[in-house]
Amino acid sequence: MTHPDADANVTVSEVELEEEYSGTGSTATSDEAEYALRLGDDSLILAQQLGWWISRAPELEEDMALGNIGLDMLGHARNFLHFAGSALGKTEDELAYFRDEHEFRSAWLFEQPNGDFAHTIARGLLTSAYLFELYSRLQASDSEGLAAIAEKSLKEVTYHRDHAVMWTLRLAGGTDESRRRFERALINNWPYLDELFTDDELFDRLAHVPRPSELREPTMAVLRQVLQEAELDEPEVAQSSGGGRRGMHSTYLGPLLAEMQVLARQFPGASW
Amino acid sequence: MTMTAVLDRNAVWKLAATVTDPEIPVLTIEDLGVLRDVRFEGETAVVTLTPTYSGCPAMDQMGDDVVLTLTEAGYRDVRVDFVLKPVWSTDWMSDAGKRKLERYGIAPPGPKPTSGPIPVQLGVKCPRCGSLRTKTVSQFGSTSCKALYECLSCLEPFDFFKPH
Repeated sequence: MTHPDADANVTVSEVELEEEYSGTGSTATSDEAEYALRLGDDSLILAQQLGWWISRAPELEEDMALGNIGLDMLGHARNFLHFAGSALGKTEDELAYFRDEHEFRSAWLFEQPNGDFAHTIARGLLTSAYLFELYSRLQASDSEGLAAIAEKSLKEVTYHRDHAVMWTLRLAGGTDESRRRFERALINNWPYLDELFTDDELFDRLAHVPRPSELREPTMAVLRQVLQEAELDEPEVAQSSGGGRRGMHSTYLGPLLAEMQVLARQFPGASW
Repeated sequence: MTMTAVLDRNAVWKLAATVTDPEIPVLTIEDLGVLRDVRFEGETAVVTLTPTYSGCPAMDQMGDDVVLTLTEAGYRDVRVDFVLKPVWSTDWMSDAGKRKLERYGIAPPGPKPTSGPIPVQLGVKCPRCGSLRTKTVSQFGSTSCKALYECLSCLEPFDFFKPH
């Protein structure tokens, strides 16, 4: 095989992607792979969004904090996608860069735009509270591969949740402006919680992972505790039905993927 | 003279243990607790590493450095496996490693943080002057594993290796 030229019309199967982390070393079943895609895509989309903040956060320390959180999320995404790929016969790069929008399984909350800093923090509060409860339970799963990734990810998500909670308290208790913006950000992200707690038929086949509906109460209990501490009211807004788990996405995902995937698609197998 | 590598697990472990963290060069992968296992599969030396943080970009470098070190020592077939379980924590860091970190100017990890939703701050000792009057500047520092602190006694900023 000749080496693919940068501008040649090559598909990913023609180029040899670099060998990747062996991760957990276990192979997923097809249902586990579907589940791992959901979790991996949630993390991947959030990682991609958080990277945007580097050089744009309100202070240098937050450039680093949001960048670091994004890096952790990228690590979780790699582990989940690698695991999913063990059943699908694909590498993590193929899954990240060569699937189209309808093939992504991320929930709508993770694709909500960065907005202002308050929006990113509010989204981070909801995602980290949810992920904390999810990974706390998934780490006890009989699925060895998923449990190992969850146990690893939980340690990092604990820091992410601390970060979001501290900023929630600070923004809510700061100036009138910071409080007003945070309240608006919370209202704008709140409708996407429901999708995270919605069961579908995958969970009838996959007995050894937590059902999304099990996570509702513990996640909401933590969020209420934080809101109470911040003296904020729980938003009373209608819930979106989402659809990300079936590949139906909000208008935000397409442009996000275009930016994330363009380099890999233009120069398949590129490394630097 | 051609080098003949002996198929000796201890010898390979000792060599692999000389590889250092590219971001914290005073720590070896053994000090960090990242070096998990060394074994032979036939003639292939298999070294098992575990990542510190999921997204840590230094892991690939450490893997490459292990291969390089062993190859230079005459081992022709070397493979590095990464495992997630048992999950790495700062408890895996050796006491010698913690002392090296402190001498290097990085506060070593202490006890694990509490798991409640409202964070509780634990005291961190300044690696320069030993004062406990320090404050967190940011929980996220120059690398995934470090937080940024400031000493209120000597006024110097310093890195803190986060308990994980």
